[in-house]
Amino acid sequence: MKNKFLPFSLIFVFIIIFVIFYKGMKDKNIYIPEAKINKKIPLFSAELFHSNKIVNSSEIFDSKKFYLLNIWSSWCVPCREEHSLLMILAKDKNIDVIGLNYKDTKINATTFLDNLGNPYENIIFDKDGTKAIEWGAFGVPESFLIYNNKVIKKYIGPLNQKIITEIKKNVK
Amino acid sequence: MKILKLSIIIFIIFSFNQLMADNEDLKNKITKNLRCLVCQGQSIYDSDSEFANSLKIMVDKKIKEGLSEKQILSYFEDKYGEWILYDPLFNKNTYFLWLLPLLIFLIGGAIIFKKLIKKHK
Repeated sequence: MKNKFLPFSLIFVFIIIFVIFYKGMKDKNIYIPEAKINKKIPLFSAELFHSNKIVNSSEIFDSKKFYLLNIWSSWCVPCREEHSLLMILAKDKNIDVIGLNYKDTKINATTFLDNLGNPYENIIFDKDGTKAIEWGAFGVPESFLIYNNKVIKKYIGPLNQKIITEIKKNVK
Repeated sequence: MKILKLSIIIFIIFSFNQLMADNEDLKNKITKNLRCLVCQGQSIYDSDSEFANSLKIMVDKKIKEGLSEKQILSYFEDKYGEWILYDPLFNKNTYFLWLLPLLIFLIGGAIIFKKLIKKHK
């Protein structure tokens, strides 16, 4: 009795372990923080890119308007790719595109905007990356759709045509 | 009198050092409990990524503002979700996680206790 029980239980245990590891292989273990929808936008004061003025976030965001806050940087390749889409979106009168320049130098960022165009109504200059943390962002590019001082939608990674159409539909 | 002044100055410098060291310890303790979201598997303390470096600056700032460890951790939890904490909080999602070792310990203890009693008899 005892002799038979041991190999069976061993096989059973191995099968369980095998199944767990096999399933684990297919699991995507990359965690993306859940986008908290309808969360109030953070209050902070920041330096503006062009005027070097320190402003409060409440001066940038009007509660009656749609905004797309786009975190970008000149060293970020996906930002370069999504830039043409931002240029298209900037032409839309219903929405203002606000930039957050993440860990960049002013020279490089200016060259970037000179080459590709400037879709941003205002640019927040975030030299040490702390403003991006206030927003709950962890990389570039990231975009937040804002209305009534609340984050309606969050897009992690570069924007694409589908998202732009969705945004345009939202702000109409 | 000169000696008194000198000793007071030395005392102030040393106590200042102590304060800075305390802050540094607290910062290390907090950053070790924060998960780097870019380089997953590493803590903020271990990582040198852009995100981790910004977070370290932020922790420094919050300590200087006088926030406690708990307040700082809950600040980051609010921004990024509970995943950013290495030490899981005790709530209804984690009851099982926290209580399972205790349960196993008690069951194991009960088995050993039972066997010992059997042997004694």
